[in-house]
Amino acid sequence: MADVLDWATTSPLVLLFVTLLAYRLGVWARDRSGGHPLAQPVLVAIVLVGVLVLALDVDPADYRAGTTLIAFWLGPATVALAVPLHRQVRRLRGLVLPILLGIGLGALVSILTAWGLVVLAGGGEELARTMSTKSATTPVSIALSETIGGIPALSAVFSVIAGVGGAVAGPTVLSWLRVRDERARGIALGSVSHGIGTSRALHESETEGAFAGLAMGLTALATSLWLPLVVLLLG
Amino acid sequence: MLVGLTWLLGCQVAGELLVRATGVPLPGPVVGMALLFVVLQWRRPAPEAGVFAVSDVLLRHLQLFFVPAGVGVVAYLALLRDAALPVTVGLVGSWLAGLVVTGGLVALLGRRARG
Repeated sequence: MADVLDWATTSPLVLLFVTLLAYRLGVWARDRSGGHPLAQPVLVAIVLVGVLVLALDVDPADYRAGTTLIAFWLGPATVALAVPLHRQVRRLRGLVLPILLGIGLGALVSILTAWGLVVLAGGGEELARTMSTKSATTPVSIALSETIGGIPALSAVFSVIAGVGGAVAGPTVLSWLRVRDERARGIALGSVSHGIGTSRALHESETEGAFAGLAMGLTALATSLWLPLVVLLLG
Repeated sequence: MLVGLTWLLGCQVAGELLVRATGVPLPGPVVGMALLFVVLQWRRPAPEAGVFAVSDVLLRHLQLFFVPAGVGVVAYLALLRDAALPVTVGLVGSWLAGLVVTGGLVALLGRRARG
């Protein structure tokens, strides 16, 4: 019996199957609930698989190694975000400057408030540095955290939480703020919740998704450019 | 479909090479996205081209590809609990501030540009 459990908790076949199954359940939950914000397939799948991983004591490193076949597709899927942008390119007209200004300033505000709020709430400076990269998509967040003296793996965790939180709450908060233009909604969601926010935006509409994908790329760039300056001033 | 997938991987490879050659602080796939955008604008493939079919399938299930990274969070639950207050305040506050500034600015300036 122990042998079977050992096999099951390390086998890529089982780990992939469980992950796909949990994701399917998430899609089912979204459809059944009529698109309830909390029923994001990514959140449902993370919670279900996370509980299983903890309950069966699966080594997180084994899980990651076993599911590289799924994580691999993140790269090509990110490249594919060019397609909605290509289809929506005409809707960029008149919005290029607002987008550059909005994302440039938004990225700076994200960094400064993350840093400041962590320190104000009693976290140390290392935690503040670690949090300051969280608006960037995960690989950039990790790389930046390394260069500014944060904890890279924890920065990745913060990026994922900002992404999933944005996928859940982003559209609702934007509606509260009365931001109704699909393009502005997509830009805002992509700029604070990168790829995971983009995945929610794509489900709202192709326009929203196209602009979210664009914002994800520009925010990664803006965060990389601002951070060294901020560290120089605050560090 | 296979031709479309080859285009996606080709742009990603080119993006990774560019990032390594220039040291630009972006992930390879994001540069690959920019490259594919340029290719699409330039070559204007027919709507039934494989690159569109593959991309639509991948993007429909974009959330799936984030699950492995998300599950990685369980390894940090104890750490997150120990620093729950600064982590929660920092994440929620900063996320909200960024959303308000970016969303508000783009909506406001965009409206002005049209009107």
